[in-house]
Formats: sequence, C-alpha cells, structure tokens
Amino acid sequence: MSMNNQGRPTRPETDDMTNSETFTGNRALQIEEPLIFEGGDMDGTGVDLPKPKGSGNRLGGLERQSNINLPGLAEPEAMRHFVRLSQKNYAIDMGPFPLGSCTMKHNPRLNEKMARLPGFGDIHPLQPVSTVQGALELIDTLATWLKELTGMPAVAMSPKAGAHGELCGMMAIRAALEARGEADTRTRVLAPESAHGTNPATAAQCGFKVDSIPADASGRVDLDAFREKLGPDVAGIMVTNPNTCGLFERDIRAIADAVHEAGGYFYCDGANFNAITGKVRPGDLGIDAMHINLHKTFSTPHGGGGPGSGPTVLSEALAPFAPIPYVVSGKDGFELVEKRTQDEGQSFGRMTAFHGQMGMFVRALSYMLSHGGDGLRQAAEDAVLNANYVLARLKTEMTPAFEGTCMHEALFDDRFLADSGVDTLDFAKAMIDEGYHPMTMYFPLVVHGAMLIEPTESEAKQELDRFCDALLSLAKEAKAGKVGKFKAAPVHAPRRRLDETGAARKPVLRWTPPVSDAASLAAE
Amino acid sequence: MRYLPLNEIDRAQMREVIGVADIDELFADVPGETLNPSLNLPDHQGEFQVETILGEMAAKNRAAGAGPFFVGAGAYKHHVPATVDHIIQRSEFLTSYTPYQPEIAQGTLQYLFEFQTQVAALTGMDVANASMYDGSTACAEAALMAKRITKRSRVVMSGGLHPHYASVTRTNSELIGDDVIFAPSSPDGQEDILDFIDEETSCVIVQTPDIFGNVRDLTPVAEAAHEKGALLIAVVTEIVSLGALKSPGEMGADIVVAEGQSIGVSLNYGGPYVGLFATRQKYVRQMPGRLCGETMDAAGQRGFVLTLSTREQHIRRDKATSNICTNSGLCALAFTVHMSLLGGTGLRQLATLNHEAACDAADAFSAIDGVELVNTSFFNEFTLRLPRNAEEVVEDLAQRNIIAGVPGGRLWPDEEEMANLLIVATTECVTSQHIEAFAAALKEVL
Repeated sequence: MSMNNQGRPTRPETDDMTNSETFTGNRALQIEEPLIFEGGDMDGTGVDLPKPKGSGNRLGGLERQSNINLPGLAEPEAMRHFVRLSQKNYAIDMGPFPLGSCTMKHNPRLNEKMARLPGFGDIHPLQPVSTVQGALELIDTLATWLKELTGMPAVAMSPKAGAHGELCGMMAIRAALEARGEADTRTRVLAPESAHGTNPATAAQCGFKVDSIPADASGRVDLDAFREKLGPDVAGIMVTNPNTCGLFERDIRAIADAVHEAGGYFYCDGANFNAITGKVRPGDLGIDAMHINLHKTFSTPHGGGGPGSGPTVLSEALAPFAPIPYVVSGKDGFELVEKRTQDEGQSFGRMTAFHGQMGMFVRALSYMLSHGGDGLRQAAEDAVLNANYVLARLKTEMTPAFEGTCMHEALFDDRFLADSGVDTLDFAKAMIDEGYHPMTMYFPLVVHGAMLIEPTESEAKQELDRFCDALLSLAKEAKAGKVGKFKAAPVHAPRRRLDETGAARKPVLRWTPPVSDAASLAAE
Repeated sequence: MRYLPLNEIDRAQMREVIGVADIDELFADVPGETLNPSLNLPDHQGEFQVETILGEMAAKNRAAGAGPFFVGAGAYKHHVPATVDHIIQRSEFLTSYTPYQPEIAQGTLQYLFEFQTQVAALTGMDVANASMYDGSTACAEAALMAKRITKRSRVVMSGGLHPHYASVTRTNSELIGDDVIFAPSSPDGQEDILDFIDEETSCVIVQTPDIFGNVRDLTPVAEAAHEKGALLIAVVTEIVSLGALKSPGEMGADIVVAEGQSIGVSLNYGGPYVGLFATRQKYVRQMPGRLCGETMDAAGQRGFVLTLSTREQHIRRDKATSNICTNSGLCALAFTVHMSLLGGTGLRQLATLNHEAACDAADAFSAIDGVELVNTSFFNEFTLRLPRNAEEVVEDLAQRNIIAGVPGGRLWPDEEEMANLLIVATTECVTSQHIEAFAAALKEVL
C-alpha cells in the first residue's frame, strides 16, 4: 500500500487520475474564468438607477455618440467572476509571503474597519477645514508618532508611495541646494550598487546624475570607495538602512559625517525601517530625509501592488522646503497650509492634488495605537529573530551570501545550486508547488542568483519550521539532480510558467472583440 | 500584542538555534548609544480602546453622506455598490503583492487586464496602463512622457486645468529644467489656448470638463498641437462624464490622464485614489507605470503577466521612464468591479442623472438675486459668481449643515477676481430636497 507524506494510505489506482484532463478545464476548486468581455451582456447593467427625467442638455453639443461597449454584469455574475479570480492569487492570509524588501506582514482587519468610518472614508479633501478637524487631528497624531519613532523634527505626509517619498526627499534636497545657490554645481548623487531601482530612477527624475558606490566584502557600503567619490559636485547620498542585503550599515554615522562635510545631504531609504522601529532612531544617525512605507512597516495592505503611502521625515535643514499642503496646530484648532504664501514661501511646491493617502494614515495609526511603543519594538525584534532563525536553519543546505547574522531578512546566493542545473528561478518556482510564495529573486544585484527571504514578525515558529523544512528538502533534491522537477515547476499552480518574452515582443494589452463581433458592433 | 504569534518559549528556543543569548546581539551593528531609545509613546492597547480613540476623531468630521453636499473639483461623492467593498476586502486581493510571480497571481493580473480594457474603452484610446497614484501625478507623468516623445521642453497648460494638477505638473517638469507656460483662467470656458502652442511646445494640457465645469471641445486644440508637432494631453477629473461626453480619443488626444475615484472609490479625504493613464499604441513603450499583457503558459493556456518592464525602474534604474514602483492596484480593482456592474449602459444612465441634477441645481441657484451662472456648458459641475466672498459664504452654509462647494479662494489664493466664484458639483447622490435646502440657505446668507 502506498502512503502519502502524512503517512496515510492512498489507493494507487486513483493516482493515475491526478493528471487526467477534465471536460471543463476546471480542476475542482480551481475554476477557469473568461474575461468579463467574453460573453458579458453589452447592453446589460447590474445597477438599478432612477429613471432620468429626460430634461436638460447643457453639454455644449459634445454628447457621446459612440458605443462604450463594456458589459454590465448582474450582481451574482459579477460576484462569482471576481471571487473566482481571487482564488487564483496567493496572499499573506494564506501563508508565508517571504518577499525580501517588500515586508509582507499581517494586515489587521481593525485597520480596515477604522478606515471605513464615514468620518474618515466619506470626507472630501476640499470641504471646509472647519468640518474636518478630526481628519487633521488624525494626520497630526500620525505625524507625531512618525517623528517620535524616527527622531526627526518634521514629516511631509503627502507622498503617495515609497518612490514618491524618495522624490519628496530628493526634491527637498534640490530645493535646499537652490537656496544655497549650489543647484547648478552639485549635480551628482551617490547610491550603492545594492540600492533599490527606485533610488537611481528618482535621482534621475530630479535631474541628478547617479554615481554608483561598490559594496565591500561584508555586503555594506565600501567606505573608502565612497570617500573617494565625494567632491564639491556631490548633492547627496542615498543609502538604504538596513540595506538590501539585510545588513545594518555599521558605518552609517561616518557616512553621514563625511557627506555633510562635503556639503551634501543624506537621503536614507526607509524601506527597511520595520527592522529597527523602536530600536534605533534614524535621526540619531545623522540622516536628512527618509521615507517610511506605511504599507511595509505599519501594516497597511499591499493590495496586489498598491496603494502605498510614503510619508517622508525631514531634518531641520530640509524641513522648510517640505511640500504643501501640511497641517499645523493653530489657536482655533488645526489648520491646513495649502499655499506657498502662507509660510515663508520656501516649499518646493505640491506633489499631489490633495493631502496624501488618508485611508492609509488611518490604517497605520490604528496599527500603531494597537501595538504601542512597546509592541512596535517587540515587532522589530521578532522580525529580526525570525529572519535569523531562517538563516540559521537554512544555512546547512543553502549558502548565505555573507557571514554572520542579519537584520530582518536573510540573503542567500546560488552557490549551493552550483553544477546542479537548477537556477534561482527554478528553485523559486518549485516553492510555488510546495504552497509558498517565492522569496525575492535576483535582488540585490550585488549577489549572484540572490534569494532574499523576509519572514516578518507575523510568522509563528511552527510555520517557519514547516517553511524551512520545505526549502531544505528542495535544496537536497536540487543537489540530488532532480532537475526535471525544477525546470517543470510549477505544475500545481493555476498556470504553468508563462511566456514573458512573447508577451513583451507582441504586446496584447487589452481585450478586443473577435473579428465577427467587431463587424456587428460597428454595424450598430 | 495580538499581532505577534511568538511567545517567550519560542523566542528562547529560536535564540538558541541562532546562537545568541540576547536579542540585542542581533542589533550589534547599531551604534550602542543609539540602541533602544526611550520613546514617548503609549503602550499597546486592545481593539476596543483603539476604536474609541479613532471613533472620536472620525466623529469630528462632517461626512459627505450626512446631508446636502456639493463639493467636487477633482473628487466626487458617488454611490458605490456594496459588492465593490466586499470584493476588495477578500484576502486574496487585499493581502497579495505586485504580481511578480504570475503563476500564483492570475487573479490580480486578469483584473488588471480587464481594467486596462475598460479604461481604454472609456477614454477612446488604444491602450491604458495598470493605474497610477492619482489623476494629478498621472498628469505630471504625461508631461514627462511628452518630453521623451517630442524631445522638446515646453509645457503649455490650459487655465481650465485644476490648479493642483497644474502645480504638481509644474513641480515635476521644472525639476528637469522645462519651461511651463500657463494660459490665463477663463471661467466661462471661452479660452484661447491655440496662440500659446509653437514649435518648441512638447505638449498642451487641457482638462474637460474643465475646473469650472465647462465642457471643452478638444478637436481644434488637437489639430493645432499636431500641426506644430506637439502632443495633446487631455485631463479628465470626473470620469463619469465620459458616460455622456465624446471621449478625448475621439477628439484627437494623444495621452489621456484621469482621476478614476468616481467609479468604485470613496472620497477618503484625498487618497487613496486611482490615476488612469491611456495613450496611442505607437507611444506604448514611452509609458510610465506597470502594464499587464496577455500570453501563454507552458501548457498552452492563456494567462497574463506584467510586461514591457524594461521601461521600469527595477530594470532600467536611472534610465527608466519613471521612478514609479507602486500603483493603485486595489483601487483599480474597485474601479473594475464597479465598472463591470455598471457596464456601458449603466454608466450612460449614471451620467445622465448627474447631468440632470446639475441642470436643476444651476437653474435653481442662478435664479437667486445677485447669483450668476458663469458657464455656457457643463456636465455635473458648474461655477457661480456670488455677490460676496465665496469662502465666507461656504463657511456660513456649513454652519447650516450644507457643504456648498469649492470657493475660488481655496484654489486660487492669490487671484482676487476668483474670490467670489463658487464651484458646485452635483452627483446622483444630490436630491431635489438638497437643492431646495441649498437655494433657501444661500438666499439667507447673501
């Protein structure tokens, strides 16, 4: 009698059925779902609206004549469509999502409930300030927490995401250089090779030239190489800390001192602030600006790629250049500074139409109040503990990229796969079949075949043990030469590997009606 | 600490496996004197306590649904079907990441493909991306894209463009040394922008309906722009208007950017919203933001992936088309679900209701002594000229629980001639009782 991996008996004759094709293409709970445009009723609608009166037309003769040609689904059809789609996604609520640098931690549902209070979710950014005092109080309270946790004197709340926060910080640096009359001469920004792609892209968007600093053998900024690159044309440096190798830049204060001595500013990428929240304040390390990803550190949901939120803390030197609008506490309550003329006029301007991601502010404050100062520190410690536990357990079969312990994420290279025929991508895809979302692959660029694992504080020890057991087993299988399994993976996911090259060569970016339908639509 | 699964026994066992006696050994690289600062913050609290604190703050705000509400200018109070909020709170959507592993993210990828198709259809364009932060940042990105395409560095902005959009675009374009030219504001919509377009112009940016509510014919602007080799960027801040109005694509726009909040997304005091970005097929490789495309898997089944990522920062770094990484995925999902319920038919009905409410309101308010309707055309928003400062009138009406609109002084703080203007928006949520209450109160305070 054959056994499954839980030691329970299985009947061999049923095993033959597992690869059989079904009439529908469905596989039990995995149901194939067409696009809404394929079969949806082009004249239908799933909403009941009052009948128009047929009165009035002031549209200036610009009425839409063409058909919109989008189907409207009845509510049960729509519900079923999107629920079936949802079942093709992996999610944190289903299991570990160890994407290094992305911080996929638990998203508390209290946050969702709070953001939907009508007093937060149903207020307009341009209604009178006297009618939104509670909203301004919330923004001000969140700002106070962020300043306390970072040890910085000011925070710009409007950036919409991490990269937008970087833009905010670099714009403030540029404005400060302009105020010093040095914007034309200080045109170079230094960034380590291991930086997120957003760092060089942001610097370029601000008109700076980007100069890359190599990493040293320990995975940190090469201090000597960095010092050599300093000069009168340097606007500043962008450093992630803890860095993308999951290591704390132990020379950070020397870096800050050196860049300040050279007349530049220190932008710290705060993507990994979750590792040190409550443990150390970036303000005590000499930085000038840092964005905080509320969707990483403070548990607002990633939502399949956004929305994010990137409040940016600023030093005394940069604070006067912060973007409008911002909240101040006045004698009759909170006020909103919306125009440059209200302050000394040094603000670099406006980054977005309104006040930033209010919905994310509510969620983040809900998380902070729940955790408190003590809980936030414990969360950082648990995140670091979990990552080091994974590092310790996996290093028997996998190869850590650097010696020693790590911060909140464990970085491996692909040396353990050498000569196996299996590469990092194959290894990641095999994890999918085991029921896990893969780790971050091929990033940071400074490590060959990088695998960056960030478990976060949300994982229980038991869950980490199962995860490590699975990875150890895969590593052993790869070394044992089971290449075929890895090259074929995933085989149990809703889709096999997808042809990304083909997708880019001939991009199909929208649905178009089949030729026969198109002809009949045109004839209407 | 209900969000932390580890207990003290776990922690001790794990430290032993790692080989450290104290957690702070793992923080040894942090300069010692900066480690474990004392924080002036309260300790952890239960759900009920947190709900109480935040509930008290929320109660100090006047929700749009709590009475007559006429504020628009880039964000609109529409009804969102209950299905939308249910779907976006499903774990598989809410707690997933950017679909970098497409085999286990087909749910996200397929709705993005549907979203792109809906946006392209509404705007009358060939292709749309998978969303931007919001309409204003999409507008700024469009100007940068026009510069890449035309290799020119002068941006011409209509005076009817939302001043905040203009400001965001200027902030971004001036950073890279571009000239930014503003046409003067024409509240009646009779703007002469063609004279500003010349051989140096990379793009001309025109909003319709414009900030004052006027419906703008973009065809002559498109012709003039194309004649000089410039691009027309059309801005739509009220996407529901496209249920009633000719699409920007039909009028010759090269890039269409829009705020999608009106379909599926709550007001949220300004964010998160969802920026829409659509263009012509020939410009697709110059687009910012993520794109989802159709492809096949190894078994020959249709599937979807993020594509053309060689434009993006994680591949191209300082040569990328934009620094953007995050999009507004969950709001794009809300848009897709709401739009899938509405369909073209429902959107047309919704647009008609919005327009009829505006016609009724404009007639009722402009009948009041001293109140003048500025517009010659409008969709669901129009501008009134009042006999006194509109900011004061708005405050007086707020005292009477009527949230009247956006006063000119709020949007153009330094322009005296705008001070008496009031921009009034009406959606399907505005009833005839609301209009009567507004008219009666306005008579009292004038």
